[in-house]
Amino acid sequence: MAILITPDTRILVQGITGDFGGRHAKLSLDYGTKVVAGVTPGKGGQVFEHGAHRVPIFNSVADAARATGATVSAIFVPPPFAADAILECSDAGLDLAVAITEGIPVRDMVRVKRAMAAARTRLLGPNCPGIVTPGTGEKSNGGCRIGIAPGYIHKKGRVGVVSRSGTLTYEAVYQLTVRGIGQSTCVGIGGDPVNGTSHLDVIRLFNDDPETVGIVMIGEIGGNAEVEAARWIKANCRKPVAGFIAGSTAPPGRRMGHAGAIVGGAEDTAAAKIAAFKECGIEVAVTPSDMADALIRAAKARGVALS
Amino acid sequence: MNIHEYQAKALFEKFGVPAPKGAAAKTPEDFINALAELPEGPTMVKSQIHAGGRGKGVFTDGYKGGVKFCKTKAEAREAATRMLGNTLVTAQTGPAGRKVQTVYFTVASDIKKEYYLAILLDRAASRPVIVASTEGGVEIEKVAHETPEKIFKVVIDPAYGIADFQVRDLVSGLGLAGAEAKNAARLIRALYGMYWDTDAAMVEVNPLITTGSGEVLALDAKVSFDDNALFRHPDIVALRDLNEEDPKEIEASKHALSYIALDGNIACLVNGAGLAMSTMDIIKYFGGSPANFLDVGGGASKGQVVAAFKIILGDPNVKGIFVNIFGGIMDCNVIANGIVDAVREVGLRLPLVVRLEGNNVEAGKATLASSGLTIVSGDSMADAAQKIVKLVA
Repeated sequence: MAILITPDTRILVQGITGDFGGRHAKLSLDYGTKVVAGVTPGKGGQVFEHGAHRVPIFNSVADAARATGATVSAIFVPPPFAADAILECSDAGLDLAVAITEGIPVRDMVRVKRAMAAARTRLLGPNCPGIVTPGTGEKSNGGCRIGIAPGYIHKKGRVGVVSRSGTLTYEAVYQLTVRGIGQSTCVGIGGDPVNGTSHLDVIRLFNDDPETVGIVMIGEIGGNAEVEAARWIKANCRKPVAGFIAGSTAPPGRRMGHAGAIVGGAEDTAAAKIAAFKECGIEVAVTPSDMADALIRAAKARGVALS
Repeated sequence: MNIHEYQAKALFEKFGVPAPKGAAAKTPEDFINALAELPEGPTMVKSQIHAGGRGKGVFTDGYKGGVKFCKTKAEAREAATRMLGNTLVTAQTGPAGRKVQTVYFTVASDIKKEYYLAILLDRAASRPVIVASTEGGVEIEKVAHETPEKIFKVVIDPAYGIADFQVRDLVSGLGLAGAEAKNAARLIRALYGMYWDTDAAMVEVNPLITTGSGEVLALDAKVSFDDNALFRHPDIVALRDLNEEDPKEIEASKHALSYIALDGNIACLVNGAGLAMSTMDIIKYFGGSPANFLDVGGGASKGQVVAAFKIILGDPNVKGIFVNIFGGIMDCNVIANGIVDAVREVGLRLPLVVRLEGNNVEAGKATLASSGLTIVSGDSMADAAQKIVKLVA
């Protein structure tokens, strides 16, 4: 078992008729992912075609889920309409909404998060690369790829990866794959200050997942989510964990690309987070090139075989 | 996006947040008109720059204090004359300082006591939080460190908005009673309304004051907005002051590049915010010093790469360039061609190390190798970082 999604998960794509959503829906289909529906209000009844694939388009998430059995949505809707798109998933009772959209206003996300507090739907993102559970085929094909991550860099295996950043996740996954270490599931939680699933939420899932034997946690400056996760790991997690925090050189008060990557106080600096990682027994990657090797060190110390 | 105090005070007026009467001036001729709007008597003159520590700041010509108390309007006019067009250096501006292009005159208030009040996002709660303190007019970080018991917070439920009992808690926490309590309650509600309606990132009033006559006023105002929400606030976008921003950052934003200047000498060009941050970190780790943060985004085009090269070379401190691209989906060969074009177009003479990884990387590396240009290739981030650090040393 992987976490959150498996190769059998049926997904729908909100914004499939846009350039961005369409391009990545095609890449997911090529990867072997079960993209079973598209949703674009006003375009219900049309068909999204790619090679031999014919994906029906619906006017609403509820219609799409009812007709196709889709349980997860990939959201590529532009920022002004993205909050609404997320709530629609919640209303339709999906298992998971993966919001790829970058640039959603914070106030919208504050309201969405409040509205979803008691909902059964889990939110991943926004402003995230999505989630991949690699498959068993060549270049990990046959897996479930939701979002914008490159599928081919993955390899099916037993390491869980969780990260706030897209390309840094790819960096970690690639380092693992070239060392012959596969992944159970790779999760991008997004770089915004208000997001759905947290580092800690994902760490708990990896801890409970029998297939996952080691974890790479990638964080950055801003907020205290990584520290919260680290404390929980110290108390509860027996699997080897490697960690990396980006932004040691970031000046205070400047937003480093991600809306959430900003040093406000003493607790959300890279130095403070790295210190917390060390204190909690997480093997710290000293540079971003060291992420896979840090996990190998952590696994060796605990006598865990990663592959 | 940040705005000036005088602009924030205009928004305060619109939303019913009481503040001392004030008027702004951008030219010496304006001084008379602006001062005419205020009553005769003690007047404050305040330099308008997007940086704190103005009161203790020093101008580059030696004139002291970016905020001045003046007994008369005539004195205020004199102080304004010294400030306007002058460059103010504060603890937050860096040694270069900021040129004062607007001065703001306000009625000097009869301050009874100073407090602190701010509204911002509580990330852990994913909700707005109102922060208040009986210690105003000083750095709140200092209060938080030395006397944390004097700071209290109220987290707002966005579904309900600010509740009466929460306002009562805040007011009593500040130790206010009677007319002062009533006035403070009104001010807090109005300030929250402004925070919410304008998609503010932060509204900070330091100090909030009580006066001898029982008024509660926002003496200062520091307001910033959520950049992602500006599309629905054209009136706030109109308040943007490009003079307060780095010209290179403005140019970068035109090309959808995210650029932040730093003070090192190794320029970075990276795709993705997290990778861009950690590229700076790895340069530092190997003993170098990054000149900038630059994220070309997930789908960088050739044109963007050329624009990015021009921007980073606009920094005279740059002695070498480190390009770090993980082309997951984007084609590394497109990036390689962009790099080759950019190097030719700008006539680059500085050392350049390129680390490409990902989609179609072999073709990208071949393009760089066959270009006839002196481009050093790095195999991993660590390898490339060590190479560029060595080349600029």
